[in-house]
Amino acid sequence: MATKTYREALNEALREEMYRDPNVFIIGQDVGKFEGAYRVTQGLLAEFGPKRVKDAPISEMAIAGAGIGAAMAGLRPVVEFMTINFTLVAIDQIVNNAAKIRYMFGGQVSVPMVIRTPGGGGQQLTAQHSQNLENWYANTPGLKVVAPVTPADAKGLLKAAIRDPDPVFFLENLALYNTRGEVPDEEYEISIGTADIKREGTDISLIAHSRMVNVALQAAQRLQDEEGVSAEVVDIRSLRPLDTETIVNSVKKTNHAVTVEEGWTTFGVGGEMAALLADQAFDYLDAPVKRVGGEEVPMPYSKPLERAVIPSVDKVVSAAMEVLA
Amino acid sequence: MKQHMDYYRQMLRIRRCEEQIGWLFSRGLTMGTAHLSIGQEASAVGVMAATRPDDYAVSTHRGHGHLIAKGADPAMMLAEICGRATGFCRGKGGSQHIAVRELNFLGTNGITGGGLPVATGAALYAKTRKTGQVVLSFFGDGASNQGTFHESLNMAAAWKLPIVYVCENNGYAMFTPTCDVTSVVDISVRGAAYGIPGVKVDGMDLLAVREAAQLAILRARTGHGPTLLEVKTYRFCGHSKSDNGTKYRSREEIAEWEKRDPLRTWRARLIEEGVSEAEIEQLEADVELEMAEATRFALDSPYAEYEALEGVYADESARRYLPGFFNSSRDAAMAVEVSA
Ligand SMILES: Cc1ncc(C[n+]2csc(CCOP(=O)(O)OP(=O)(O)O)c2C)c(N)n1
Ligand SMILES: [Mg+2]
Repeated sequence: MATKTYREALNEALREEMYRDPNVFIIGQDVGKFEGAYRVTQGLLAEFGPKRVKDAPISEMAIAGAGIGAAMAGLRPVVEFMTINFTLVAIDQIVNNAAKIRYMFGGQVSVPMVIRTPGGGGQQLTAQHSQNLENWYANTPGLKVVAPVTPADAKGLLKAAIRDPDPVFFLENLALYNTRGEVPDEEYEISIGTADIKREGTDISLIAHSRMVNVALQAAQRLQDEEGVSAEVVDIRSLRPLDTETIVNSVKKTNHAVTVEEGWTTFGVGGEMAALLADQAFDYLDAPVKRVGGEEVPMPYSKPLERAVIPSVDKVVSAAMEVLA
Repeated sequence: MKQHMDYYRQMLRIRRCEEQIGWLFSRGLTMGTAHLSIGQEASAVGVMAATRPDDYAVSTHRGHGHLIAKGADPAMMLAEICGRATGFCRGKGGSQHIAVRELNFLGTNGITGGGLPVATGAALYAKTRKTGQVVLSFFGDGASNQGTFHESLNMAAAWKLPIVYVCENNGYAMFTPTCDVTSVVDISVRGAAYGIPGVKVDGMDLLAVREAAQLAILRARTGHGPTLLEVKTYRFCGHSKSDNGTKYRSREEIAEWEKRDPLRTWRARLIEEGVSEAEIEQLEADVELEMAEATRFALDSPYAEYEALEGVYADESARRYLPGFFNSSRDAAMAVEVSA
């Protein structure tokens, strides 16, 4: 195994899938000549040419729609949106078309399309550029939503997403692109719909996705070092479909749970986890589930204000101690 | 002559202020992002020179020039960009989200094309209330490929709204040359699709911009509806603080445009018109000092520390009647009527 960045892992997955299947193509703003606003598509235009790597105008609605139509007709588009915030311009196409076309049309056509986009805040990019909206998409039947945190998961899940017969919303994170991790050398794929235990523990389950898995891992270490608490970190990894079994089994073992998400908790991922646990692990819970998430405000700009709003290791540790109290 | 000196002062204030912004970022004295309009100053100043103070303006991610040209205090703007409590938005907005209530400046906007519909709404207000105000809606060439551009122009044309859509065409949308992804060479021809005038003007020529803006504004103010005004311009710097603008543009191309630097040509013009070198140097020194002081004000100001969770909704006291955020004094009068 070699150590690679999250960005490199994504780039490899794209390159390998483009070699494997000539129907796979990339469309998005600055994905070609500039090689990606965050350099994920580096080298691909040179390697595959402008038919397979298409620079698009600033027309998110049309970009999403073009992906959908091309997918219905038989291509395998990988649509890149510069950030998740700009998917809002395209959300009608994603929710009203991509998600519904297979079902609505009685199974005659499908939309094998991937939407790749980074979410998240913490870079002082302010209210319109720091959002976490994956729960909006995870709320929508017909879409699949994955949110890998490690380079290995990113590569394996992107391959699975590209091969999937249905539209997959593939969430990345601005703060993850430069993070490193081991990536298998051999060909592999990670099934959509599988969660992953990122750290084993016995006292409490910290349930998170995307970048917040790393925050949960840091919190788990602190809990171990400072409080002698053994925390298990459950990486949801796939928001829809959800691997309920792995999540529920973890809590059956630890009897305590804290959920961690970067976005707003109201109507969010943690709420869904709490409902799942109430439904399937009620008798195993020794305390109510606690949710940690972003404060319920548009992201403020200045560093102190932003810091006050974003979930932190501190907040996860204190929530865990409250649950265990 | 005084007017021509004023134009120079305004353009120079924008340039020097944005140089301060670049410096603040390069030194890590502030974080996040900002988009400079260095090279595009004649557009902001030329258009604003044709406006009335109570006209509305709606801007983009590249909005510092529009703000200063409309009269915003650079010190408060720099404070906002440094995230300080003394900034226009108390440090909550940053460069991409600055509004100035007293100036009827309805905000810079981080979403490409996000401002056009809002500007259209302000024009609907002005028309409904017959205030005589005109709206200046600034946006880039890239934004003219968004649905919001087309929807807004159609709506404003259909309702004959008092608005001027000012497309600052600098040839690039981030790192993509506009010509690679746009159906037309001149954005102005798109006006024809909505039955409104589409006017193209040299954005390096302040007087040409002012004249074109005057006509468009007159048309809007006299009830004849919107104009699409395309200002051909160029940014000398990178798209944002994250690039220097040379990876996707040739040095020759940049140098070619720099020859037409609106500040340099305007300065030469002043000399030709008989202004003395000493007068100009005095003005330049004044601006230099103003921006140095503005920067010091920003950096010396405190952060707002404890109000992260405040301000999402109106205060309880404002619930009964919330005066229009940016409205004219007519509104205040109406508010009195309503509450009486
Ligand atoms: C909906 C949306 N898509 C993409 C972006 C990223 N983005 C920021 S500025 C920009 C380019 C805008 O180009 P243009 O309208 O020509 O304005 P300029 O930057 O040249 O002033 C892009 C694509 C965004 N902010 N919003
Ligand atoms: Mg542009």
